[in-house]
Amino acid sequence: MSAILPPSDRLWWKQPIDKVEWAWIAIAFVWGMIMFAMMIYWHVYGKQNLSNEAYKTTPELFGAKAEKFIAENTIRTETDQNIPVVKVPAGGDGYLIARLWAWYPILELEKGQTYKIHLSSMDYAHGFSLQPVNINIEVLPGYEHVVKMTPTKEGTYAIVCNEYCGIGHSSMLGRIYVK
Amino acid sequence: MATTYRTCPVSGLQFEDQAEKLMRWNAVAGVLWLLVGGITALLVILTRWPAIKLLPADQFYLILTAHGVDMLILWILFFEMAVLYFASSTLLRCRLATPKIAWLGFWLMVVGGITTNIAIFQGESSVMFTSYVPMQAAPHFYLGIILVAVGALLGTAVFFGTLVVAKKDKTYQGSLPLVTFGALTAAIIATFTILAGAGILIPTFLWSIGLIKEIDAQLYRMVWWGLGHSSQQINVAAHVSIWYLTAAVIFGAKPLSEKVSRGAFLLYILFLQLASAHHLLSDPGMSSEWKVLNTSYFMYFAVMASMIHGFTVPGAIEAAQRRKGYTNGLFEWLRKAPWGNPVFSGMFISLVSFGFLGGISGVVLGTEQINMLMHNTFYVPGHFHTTVVTGTTLAFMSITYLLVPVLFRREMILPKLCQIQPYLFGISMSVLGLVMMGAGTLGVSRRHWDMAFSGAPFQYEWPGAAYLMMGLTGIFGVIAVIGGGLWILLVVGSLLFGKKLDGGKVSNQPTPIPANTQAASAVAHGSDHVGVPGTVVLALLLFVCFVLYYFVNWKYLSEVWLLS
Repeated sequence: MSAILPPSDRLWWKQPIDKVEWAWIAIAFVWGMIMFAMMIYWHVYGKQNLSNEAYKTTPELFGAKAEKFIAENTIRTETDQNIPVVKVPAGGDGYLIARLWAWYPILELEKGQTYKIHLSSMDYAHGFSLQPVNINIEVLPGYEHVVKMTPTKEGTYAIVCNEYCGIGHSSMLGRIYVK
Repeated sequence: MATTYRTCPVSGLQFEDQAEKLMRWNAVAGVLWLLVGGITALLVILTRWPAIKLLPADQFYLILTAHGVDMLILWILFFEMAVLYFASSTLLRCRLATPKIAWLGFWLMVVGGITTNIAIFQGESSVMFTSYVPMQAAPHFYLGIILVAVGALLGTAVFFGTLVVAKKDKTYQGSLPLVTFGALTAAIIATFTILAGAGILIPTFLWSIGLIKEIDAQLYRMVWWGLGHSSQQINVAAHVSIWYLTAAVIFGAKPLSEKVSRGAFLLYILFLQLASAHHLLSDPGMSSEWKVLNTSYFMYFAVMASMIHGFTVPGAIEAAQRRKGYTNGLFEWLRKAPWGNPVFSGMFISLVSFGFLGGISGVVLGTEQINMLMHNTFYVPGHFHTTVVTGTTLAFMSITYLLVPVLFRREMILPKLCQIQPYLFGISMSVLGLVMMGAGTLGVSRRHWDMAFSGAPFQYEWPGAAYLMMGLTGIFGVIAVIGGGLWILLVVGSLLFGKKLDGGKVSNQPTPIPANTQAASAVAHGSDHVGVPGTVVLALLLFVCFVLYYFVNWKYLSEVWLLS
């Protein structure tokens, strides 16, 4: 009878479903399967897939590895805070620390080279948001995420923090150079 | 327990005394939280509007936390409790099971809501609605939410109990009405959701008072979203039920097929919870297999369910209208719909906005690789303002225009303003959602105080279009707040000053729903079948938009840096 009364036909589950409804259900189902297949297709043929390589770590361990990397590869310092600019060896590993409220250090990459960038946080959750490319990755304390990146264009890029991390969140800006 | 039953002379609905009081109190409490949420919304909007930037950073994050908690938890949960009591006691015409427990639940929710708000406004709990660890709030922030959850769980239990009462007292025959069935799915999802919430918030509370040393940041996110996302699925099940309710009350519409509509609700129960995984698509701790399995293979069954409802709700309206003789062309049934009745106009804007904006953006956002383009950007709140706000909140607002005369026995004041309110709020909120998504597509962050990054060691200049989008966000946000404020004024004004209406006959006994005659059943067997070509066209339009927008985003993705 209506949606606020019990079904008028007590055996409602035996009523046939209209062709049009079946057709729409079929469209919705097939579309879902296409979207499902699309993600798998992209894993095989697409060139933008988030890395699955991640390890449990601690701020101390990750910080020590990052400091070693910085000490070995720094090419200059920038700004009045003397933030090291670190050239990541082509095809090699780079470390990026997220902490209250900075991305550290500045990384220098080359266009067309593939790098393994290790991301982790020293404290709260942070958000790696590379602009203006617009790639966004969650960065968590206790997890070392190894993301393989290949820059496709030269330029100066900003890393915005887009996971709320306290009062200084909006000043947490990092930098990546691509030569 | 002695109680009375009132039969509303306008609607014929039967209200049991205790259930009626509980519905009123829950609805009023919900509206008060919406008021707090609305004031905070205005402050958030005026701060994110780059030309105004009203609040300093610390106050902005405080207010944003309050906005999230008061809207997403308190306004919606209180109103949903009223919906549950309505769908059980009123629609089944029976007494409410254990009203004392229901009142206990109500007061726990009140105390919990106030406790959490005290914690937020004391300033030590600006951790956002999500309260990701290891950022820590004051212990009473978590405690308040736990109390609200326990209260809601009690209310849900009373709902289940009331279904049993109705069955036992034989106040209806056959199966539950579809709307009650929808509310039942909402209540089942709520039970799961609240248990997931307990699973994470109780340890987090213990951690905040020092009894637990550490909570893993990834584990927290995973379990928390079992609460955070699933609770939005309660909303979906609840507002879809309200769509069916509106179609039934305004048009006398019956579902195109009980089997299809109920099957779609069932899919929500089975698959929506897994969709919580789409909040973790850009996280380090989960594998691609886990992400793809949970968000696609399973989530798409829930998407399918929403697509089905998106078809059957307007389809039911179209069929009812065509039976009344509005059969010219594809859309006479829609043109001749009562667009001046806010119960209908609000419901229909809710349906369209939820489908075209909230639904499509949600699926795109929940695609594993595409998520990297949008994770934590302004796109995310853009998406959920077109699901939770134009979807759920607008559906709740529109049904209130029905509830004020029926449940509160007051005539709505200022009927002209009541007519425009759903348009003002629904359209401005939809545009707001769109421009927020636009800003997010350009990279603008959510939960971010300063687009100029003052105090940072470097500069980054957002594209001009991003500032334009944020300016539009400000303008349409303010209009939406006015539209929401107008609704509060109209509702509260009607409750205080509206013309008192006759309550109707009161009886000591419930009047059961009359059994269907054989003749009525026979009619339902397809002999009055009408086609719904207009709905087919609308559904295909939705589908075309969906497919195009989906592939446009893959194109965007193919243009960024290579990642593997």
